[in-house]
Amino acid sequence: MTNNLYKVSPAPHLHEHISTQRIMWMVIIALLPAMAVGTYSFGIKALLLTLSGGLAAVICEALIQKLRKVPISVSDGSAFLTGVLVSFNINVGAPYWLPIVGSIFAIAVGKQVFGGLGNNPLNPALLGRAFLLASWPSLMTDGWTQTIKGSISGISESTIANVQNMSHIAFTKITSATPLNVIKSIRNVEMFSDAADPALVQKTVFDGLLDWSSLGNLFFGNIGGCIGEISAIALLIGGIFLLVTHVIDWRIPFTYLGTVFIFAWMFGGVNGLFSAGIQLPLFHILSGGLMLGAFFMATDYVSTPVTKRGRIIFGIGCGVLTITIRLVGGYPEGVSYSILLMNLATPLIDKWTMPKPFGEVK
Amino acid sequence: MSLKTFMGGTHPHDFKKFSKDASIEEFPLPKKVIIQLSQHIGAPSKPIVKVGDEVKTGQVIAEAGGFVSIPTHASITGKVTRIAKFPHPIGNSQMAIEITGDGKTDELVDLIDDKDYLSLPIEEMKKRILNAGICGMGGAGFPTHVKLSPPPDKPIDTVILNGVECEPFLTADYRVMLERAEDIIKGLKILMKIVNAGQGIIGIEANKPDAIKHITSLVSDDANIRVVALKVKYPQGAEKQLIYAATKRKVPNKGGLPMAAKVVVQNVSTAIAVFEAVAKKKPLIDRVITVTGDIVKNPKNFKARIGTLYSELLEGAGGVTEEIGAIISGGPMMGFAIPTLETPMTKGSSGLLLFNQKQAKRKQEMNCISCAGCVNVCPMNLLPTQIVKATKFEDWEWAEKAGAMDCIRCGSCAFVCPANINILQYVDIAKAKILEQRKKAK
Repeated sequence: MTNNLYKVSPAPHLHEHISTQRIMWMVIIALLPAMAVGTYSFGIKALLLTLSGGLAAVICEALIQKLRKVPISVSDGSAFLTGVLVSFNINVGAPYWLPIVGSIFAIAVGKQVFGGLGNNPLNPALLGRAFLLASWPSLMTDGWTQTIKGSISGISESTIANVQNMSHIAFTKITSATPLNVIKSIRNVEMFSDAADPALVQKTVFDGLLDWSSLGNLFFGNIGGCIGEISAIALLIGGIFLLVTHVIDWRIPFTYLGTVFIFAWMFGGVNGLFSAGIQLPLFHILSGGLMLGAFFMATDYVSTPVTKRGRIIFGIGCGVLTITIRLVGGYPEGVSYSILLMNLATPLIDKWTMPKPFGEVK
Repeated sequence: MSLKTFMGGTHPHDFKKFSKDASIEEFPLPKKVIIQLSQHIGAPSKPIVKVGDEVKTGQVIAEAGGFVSIPTHASITGKVTRIAKFPHPIGNSQMAIEITGDGKTDELVDLIDDKDYLSLPIEEMKKRILNAGICGMGGAGFPTHVKLSPPPDKPIDTVILNGVECEPFLTADYRVMLERAEDIIKGLKILMKIVNAGQGIIGIEANKPDAIKHITSLVSDDANIRVVALKVKYPQGAEKQLIYAATKRKVPNKGGLPMAAKVVVQNVSTAIAVFEAVAKKKPLIDRVITVTGDIVKNPKNFKARIGTLYSELLEGAGGVTEEIGAIISGGPMMGFAIPTLETPMTKGSSGLLLFNQKQAKRKQEMNCISCAGCVNVCPMNLLPTQIVKATKFEDWEWAEKAGAMDCIRCGSCAFVCPANINILQYVDIAKAKILEQRKKAK
């Protein structure tokens, strides 16, 4: 036998050209269309806020890893991604420290406390957002900035003019609040106390929100809202990119959006089942943080089920919670809490949905 | 034609271009062979020769060590020079018989030419197969006569020949299907006769259209035999996955055998060995092996004697153009990395693959991010990521629930893992521990 022995390693000896790093940067690339729309609509500050959040997350992760004396792994892109996602949930009028504090919280408490990448039970970015929302609610939900085109609520100029003549309260609302906020608040007809016919105002605003031009504004992002959430089409492009490149699985986004659609259709109308028509479910799909949540948050690998059936249950669960919060809950928007709650249920879902091996016999 | 397949699976690049057009070449008679006593699953063969004995090509040098065992034959003419431990293609060292000849004399034991072999009694056919020392030549090496002896209450209705060759790089079965299709079909007919199966299927992956066409044309007049074209996907050639793709039948898990699905599966090269054993009483002393890799000068498909050293096969293929990084016996997905080229080929050696330094490099293992890539590709529908976690926590009950015992070791999980986790290794640990605990419980 020769002395020259070669190194051995376990099979398989071939590996796909894929890495955690590559996956994270692909998700970041998929967020670029939304970033572009945000910057176009709100100006360069949107981009700067997002970068502040991303950089704060990276620096925070590096510092903590240094303290923990573990290898610094910020080049994997996961911290930057978390920071970007936190910032995407922020109003462009916010001060620069807001995304920075949110991102630091997300990384420190949402991720590193549990041992870093792969060990966090909750989506760190959503945890960061929840922290900001609980700590500085007015900064997070008020003072929406008008985009360069369209109104904050996405309602057309003619409807706004129409409403202005009927009720000043309603006019203020639809020119300062986001679509989801408007649809939530007008459920209470008594709020239009200054109108001669509050019911008519309610109907006018409701119809104005749901007409095709308003839906178009939601689709293209001509509305007020968080930096990365306003344009459904931009997020959809990114989401489809991730689906096509197999970075994410179809199960969660499809079941999530599908559940919201069906439940909004069934229960969204005021006159019983399916009384809302097709525009209301479309409105719910396109508005708020749902697109961002369904494609970029609810698909976070670490905090969602690994089983195929589990991912379907997860998506449906997120959908049911979101639409429940939006239609009957206290908040106008329910995406982040829905996902966080389902994150908590993930270990249980995985346990329940343990797949049957191929050829299973009792 | 719609392509049949299984659920899960993955798509490695096939790398077959290196050797797929190289016709089978008879490898020159080696001066020395090392015949491993354990080339098959089951009890090792027991040597019946001593150092110094003269042996003829094809002579039995070790007899079957039990029912699940086979005899082993000299593959060259010469003198027994050593009976000792030698490197084995699975990576360790095992008992083997070294035979040294002169590289010229090749005195074969007497063969017959039985024209009417198909009317032989079944028991005689099986005896000839056992006497020829045939085991599965696809890699696992299960003794063929055992596979052909199902209990009477388990009737078989289908014989499937495995011509899938889903391992990247390997082309031995492909060349055999192109160049020796007639013998494959003869072997299939014998196998069908032995197990009394009315249906014969030859499963071939769709990336070998010429092989599909060739064999289809040869069986066109036989209503009982057909070729099934299979989707190009790894591990299409795994036994359970092949059976499902070809017949839609599922082999039960927890150690279920193909016979539970009324099927016997044999490799195409095994079918040739069966034909030669039954019709000619020719023992299994050679096989076709692919010598390939980016760094192999002239990739080849050699018909070489069992026991030929890998170093000689590589020399026959012109050597390497770059420094060797790793030697792999078999294919890159399920083959074994071995420490030395002074390892002899066995009946299960379908390929010798050489990697350069870069190809041999393994990346640092990172944290699992639960991407579920492994779950998506697992052809057995297991939860590989959870088996890894359970193994790290030494929770063997959890590992078993996540499916560790049903793993077919195809390696698809580790292939797709973005965190470079050697998932298969964790599963192997879990399997060993679960078996250990079961033993203790008894």
